[in-house]
Amino acid sequence: MSDASSLATDASEAATPAAPVRTVPRAGWHTATVVAVHRETPTASRLELDVDGWPGNAAGQHLDVRLTAPDGYTATRSYSIASSGPSSRVVLAVDKLPDGEVSPFLVDEVRTGDLLEVHGPLGAFFVWEPDGRRSLSPAGRVRPVQLVAGGSGVVPLFAMAQAHAAADDLTPFRMLYSVRTPDDVYFADELMALAAASDAFRLDLVYTRRTPDGWPTPPGRIMREALAAAVIPAADRPLVYVCGSTGFVEQVASWLIELGHDAQSIRTERFGGT
Amino acid sequence: MQHFDGNSLAGPLADFFAFDITTTNARCNGCGNVSELARAMVYRSDAGTVVRCDSCDHVLATLVEAGDRAWIGFSGVSAIEVRRS
Ligand SMILES: Cc1cc2nc3c(=O)[nH]c(=O)nc-3n(C[C@H](O)[C@H](O)[C@H](O)COP(=O)(O)OP(=O)(O)OC[C@H]3O[C@@H](n4cnc5c(N)ncnc54)[C@H](O)[C@@H]3O)c2cc1C
Ligand SMILES: [Zn+2]
Repeated sequence: MSDASSLATDASEAATPAAPVRTVPRAGWHTATVVAVHRETPTASRLELDVDGWPGNAAGQHLDVRLTAPDGYTATRSYSIASSGPSSRVVLAVDKLPDGEVSPFLVDEVRTGDLLEVHGPLGAFFVWEPDGRRSLSPAGRVRPVQLVAGGSGVVPLFAMAQAHAAADDLTPFRMLYSVRTPDDVYFADELMALAAASDAFRLDLVYTRRTPDGWPTPPGRIMREALAAAVIPAADRPLVYVCGSTGFVEQVASWLIELGHDAQSIRTERFGGT
Repeated sequence: MQHFDGNSLAGPLADFFAFDITTTNARCNGCGNVSELARAMVYRSDAGTVVRCDSCDHVLATLVEAGDRAWIGFSGVSAIEVRRS
């Protein structure tokens, strides 16, 4: 598709070039203490961990959780981090897949005070970091950021939106978030507050099974035209982050390319499933 | 079969490399495409992990772990670009 030199050019033009990603802290294995657990949605829990020796993390990174059974059998799964910054406190939000091996344990069994083995912070690719200098540059010179989330796929994108607000970064941010029903919105209060607090962050919700009362459009899966209407146009050259189940990500990414978005400007995080 | 992004290899590979290899550009032997490993497709099974080119589906790499040993093969990668910082 492209050779190394053209990729190098893309990277230097991008608003998040390779530079910040190499400064992310080194990954290691850590013991995490569960300090808070709460119901996030009818099928998901929010876990707050205090991670011993955690070096902090950038918005969009993930960690791996390793569970070990008494007989030594282990199962490892990746979870995005909903928080960012230097703190040793890390927030996760896990959706329960009823026939899953790991997620039912994390959602229903884990209690405050439990210890978990985690590996991280991981991944320097699906990351957004604020850049104070960019906030000050004229609007026309800033590459806007489009976030597209499906279900639990909002977790790393919420971290980015929160980092954007915390840094007072003026890069235009827009989030398109597809969920089944109003009860299934992760970080609902926080997202509404971010959208209310800043002109630089806009939130668009799509409900696939049930809408709030009085919602202007009937429930339904997002379609190509609705996507086109809700995302920053390709002509504005946004950086796009797409996260959710593998099927959701593939559909959205292929439509974005049909709509003229450059494949190199789209970063994806597939959570699995079909 | 469900698949993930190369970005999800950051954990499994962190134990073997001194830097995050997922942001490294790799050239596919199958089609010549140069792309970050994080953009590749990752298929996992009990037998191990297979990494495929997102342009042509060619197998780029395999990872097999058993106990305290691991076998990492880059059979489909002709070069990786490592930037010195
Ligand atoms: C980088 C990364 C970050 C992730 N972050 C999060 C996160 O923040 N929150 C979160 O809840 N999950 C996240 N996931 C998914 C998570 O790693 C697990 O795959 C998920 O929790 C299922 O694990 P399990 O052991 O319960 O199910 P498994 O036993 O692995 O699978 C059970 C069944 O569910 C199917 N399945 C697996 N994943 C999905 C899916 N996402 N959607 C639909 N069906 C699926 C499988 O095909 C299988 O049939 C992330 C994945 C990756 C790669
Ligand atoms: Zn290829």
